[in-house]
Amino acid sequence: MQAFEYANPTTKEEAVRLLANQWGEAEILAGGTDSLSLMKDHVSTPRRVVSLQAIKELRGIEFKPATGLRLGAMATLSELIESAAVRREYPALVEAAEGVRSPQILNMGTVGGDLCQRPRCWYFRAGYGLLARDDGKALVPEGENQYHAILGNSGPAYFVNPSSLAPALIALGAKVRVFGPQGTREVGLDKFFLTPASDDQRECDLKANEILTDILVPPAKGTKMAIYEVRQREALDYPLAAAAVVLRLDGKTVKSARVVLGHVAPVPWPAPEAEAVLVGKTISEAVADEAGKAAVSKATPLSKNAYKVQLARVAVKRAILRAAQGGA
Amino acid sequence: MAKCKYDWPEAGQRKLIGKRISRVTGPAMASGQAKYSYDINRPGMLYARLLACPYAHAKIKSIDTSEAEKLPGVKTVRIIQRVGTEIQWAGDEIVAVVAEREEIAEDALRRIKVEYEKLPHIVHEEDLSQVGDRAKPAAEQRTGDPDAAFKDPDAVISEGYYGLPVIIHCTPETHGGVAEWVDAENLRVWISTQNVSGLPPQIAETLGTPVTNIQALCEYMGGGFGSKFSPDRWGIEMARLAKDVGKPVKLMLQREHDSMVAGARPSYFAKIRVAAKKDGTLTGWESDTWGTGGPGGATLPPIPYVLNVPNQIKRHTSVATNVGPARAWRAPGHPQACYLTMTALDDLAAKLNMDPIEFLMKNLALAKPREQIYRQELQKAAELAEWTKNWHPRGDKSPGPIKRGLGVSIHTWGGGGHNSLCNVAIHPDGSVEITLGSQDLGTGTRTVIAITAAETFGLPVEAVTVNIGDSKYPPSGGSGGSTTVGGVSGSTRRGCVDALEQLFAAVAPGLGVPAEQLEAADGRIQVKGDAAKSLTWKQACAKLGVKSVQVQGKNPGPCQLGSSGVGGVQIADVSVDTETGIVKINKMVAVQDCGLIIDLKTAENQCYGAITMGIGYSLFEEKIMDQVTGRMLNPNLDSYKLAGIGDIGEIVVHMMTGPGYDDRGVIGLGEPPVIAPGAAISNAVANAIGVRVPTLPLTPAKVLAALAKGGIA
Repeated sequence: MQAFEYANPTTKEEAVRLLANQWGEAEILAGGTDSLSLMKDHVSTPRRVVSLQAIKELRGIEFKPATGLRLGAMATLSELIESAAVRREYPALVEAAEGVRSPQILNMGTVGGDLCQRPRCWYFRAGYGLLARDDGKALVPEGENQYHAILGNSGPAYFVNPSSLAPALIALGAKVRVFGPQGTREVGLDKFFLTPASDDQRECDLKANEILTDILVPPAKGTKMAIYEVRQREALDYPLAAAAVVLRLDGKTVKSARVVLGHVAPVPWPAPEAEAVLVGKTISEAVADEAGKAAVSKATPLSKNAYKVQLARVAVKRAILRAAQGGA
Repeated sequence: MAKCKYDWPEAGQRKLIGKRISRVTGPAMASGQAKYSYDINRPGMLYARLLACPYAHAKIKSIDTSEAEKLPGVKTVRIIQRVGTEIQWAGDEIVAVVAEREEIAEDALRRIKVEYEKLPHIVHEEDLSQVGDRAKPAAEQRTGDPDAAFKDPDAVISEGYYGLPVIIHCTPETHGGVAEWVDAENLRVWISTQNVSGLPPQIAETLGTPVTNIQALCEYMGGGFGSKFSPDRWGIEMARLAKDVGKPVKLMLQREHDSMVAGARPSYFAKIRVAAKKDGTLTGWESDTWGTGGPGGATLPPIPYVLNVPNQIKRHTSVATNVGPARAWRAPGHPQACYLTMTALDDLAAKLNMDPIEFLMKNLALAKPREQIYRQELQKAAELAEWTKNWHPRGDKSPGPIKRGLGVSIHTWGGGGHNSLCNVAIHPDGSVEITLGSQDLGTGTRTVIAITAAETFGLPVEAVTVNIGDSKYPPSGGSGGSTTVGGVSGSTRRGCVDALEQLFAAVAPGLGVPAEQLEAADGRIQVKGDAAKSLTWKQACAKLGVKSVQVQGKNPGPCQLGSSGVGGVQIADVSVDTETGIVKINKMVAVQDCGLIIDLKTAENQCYGAITMGIGYSLFEEKIMDQVTGRMLNPNLDSYKLAGIGDIGEIVVHMMTGPGYDDRGVIGLGEPPVIAPGAAISNAVANAIGVRVPTLPLTPAKVLAALAKGGIA
């Protein structure tokens, strides 16, 4: 780890002032479960680390029936899991957080950190840059791409977005608040994630001197929701594919549906093709399977990850069936 | 008495041996009081870090360490491999740095400039057509008349492709230690090692220091699995660096470096044909195998395994690669040989429409001399797995995507005791010490020594002090080949019997009987058949006056206290999700013999650990190498996947004991139970889904690919 200056501001204004105008000079420390390992591996070498731990207004989880849920970016995943309101109103979020498995990460990791964590791509983690290149040559297309993207992978980015919560939050219509030198702005979470075109860009719509402050989730009353993650191990393991589904039913007929895939593309991947299959139908195994098939219809697998197309399809199918059965 | 005087007590006489006894080191290990090499901190100690080569094959063109030397806090920079050296794997050590703190040493490494001339590398060997001149075919081996066996029109022939990749050792404690020169000539090292007594000679030879001047210490160690017999380059460098700076130096490998260089199990891939008569009698074996253990390639594994199939042709190709050097991995060669053989035989049994247990039973005559042992073990394992109820012919026909299957495999190992010397002391205050240069890898070596001594002296286990982990103690062999328990129990037993004789001689006059009429039991020295005439252990020891009894125990020695050769059977019960390709272990049954068991609890514990490790390499583990960069891509434990508690299902262990087992004496156990899981689990998956997934690990990608080609789903 490269030596750095540590800042521990108590207000978000102060935090933003301490950040730099360019990525790489300063980094934000939330729970540290990802940023510390990146720094130890010299993938990230900031001169200053700005901790958000002491900023009280970034914490907290509040639910109001009229306006919905506010998650402070610094709320921990454990706090999310333990929130009775979240468990009651947004069971899919609890299930998504529980998928993280590691008690250490749940206790230290934050909701904002889950959304802003860097990709797990092993070329990136080994120091070949976000776009995984060696002497200008892209390593992923002909390399060990078994865990890489099957959608949105025409390059130059091939990694998958690693967030556990993002698919469910996007399916629920969440937006985020971002605070920077110009004050607060709100962004739909579906617009927040970006596919970088160069190594010095990031995977989300944050500038180097901005921080994520809140996640706002509209009320979900009357919906049915579920997630399904396909992971190889019960022990700490990143999903190979995941899906989040939120359904609004009129009797037994689907009035509207949101389907979002995780771990299959450089960004959480909405699947309107699957939504189109579901609307107006009664959920059955066959309908769910058709929706799963539609969700991956545009997949373009790489040399070693065709199996992920099947896993994503199954994740969508199973999430739909679980949602229809009453949720997570 | 015809009985040999050191013999183990008869079954009815054993107070401790064979019981379930908790390890004596448990509280120290659980509370953190146990100090591992990683925990050793010496006054004034400095920290070393190693600069690793980033390329899989390269020649060193230049090394410039000047910027590193200028960094405040850096004490010395030492070039390990000189300009012109050809490096054969990524991660090989080029330069060492010693600094006041770890992070300074780390920063210093980044200031060292090394220029390399990159050379062509090969890190993938499964496709033999891509390895060019790295392939070194060995001479074909033939026995019997294989051509006739395969041409027999009545023969049923099964043909298949099987394989397992290179995996790593992943010891919980990485390699390394601390070196301290206690004066100008005398070196003390704390090294995480399987070979305490064997380290000083190896260090002495390289350093040119007399072996008498070197002391190696390892009180506790965090796993070796075959990768920690040598001081290794880092152990030697650590001693040189400590001499250079005149201070103790700690050098522990970082996890990713350890994964790249400090332990790998050779891969094997094979095309195998096996022939049998219609009744299942095996008649022929033909195999084309290849594999790599790094630059040294890989020699032919012991196939066909356990069953010595008549009429064989074997062709093997060793492939030299740049994946990093191989080391002995828990039962070297056996897990691979077992996998290749028992999967091929299972496919043949399926082709014959035979129950695989019936098929193995049919051919046990080929498993001499353990035919009867395997028969008994297969019966026991079948009973514990409820085989008759749960097994079905290939392909679970029940509805739904989850398919269940059972698979069986058998294995063997040696495990005869190694050479061991120990000092047994009985002190006048009644305390007892067993002292020897052995090591406890986490297996319970201290505990079995204490049990052996306590049983012999008629004392509780807690009454025995065991001193191990110091090369200045009487030498005991390295802990490899499952040789430790046989070695240390033999030397301890013999030493304790002799020591007890001396105690009897001191006590006998007072009790008014000849020494031969005394026995030690229940904390007393008493006259045989007349317990009223006795002394407590403490009273008896007081008769020694001021002089302790000091006796040397030795293995091997008179009387047969151990032997070599075990059999084992494992059955895997799995569920496969045919939509996702994910394999879950429901239950693993392990039936194992290891002769006379000293501590049933630590013996069972070896099986639990070995099966957990076996599930890991069956489902998850692979040293994933990138052909373009030549690097290992998963050197950390988030991406090098091991089995967790949720992944192992229920593990049922049954140790074979009693007549036919106990009378063979003590035999080692560390290795055998890790051999069979690969084949048992792969066979269970084939039984569940009706098609073979050819290579380990059984990842979703491979299971789905196999299902796409056929199977029930």
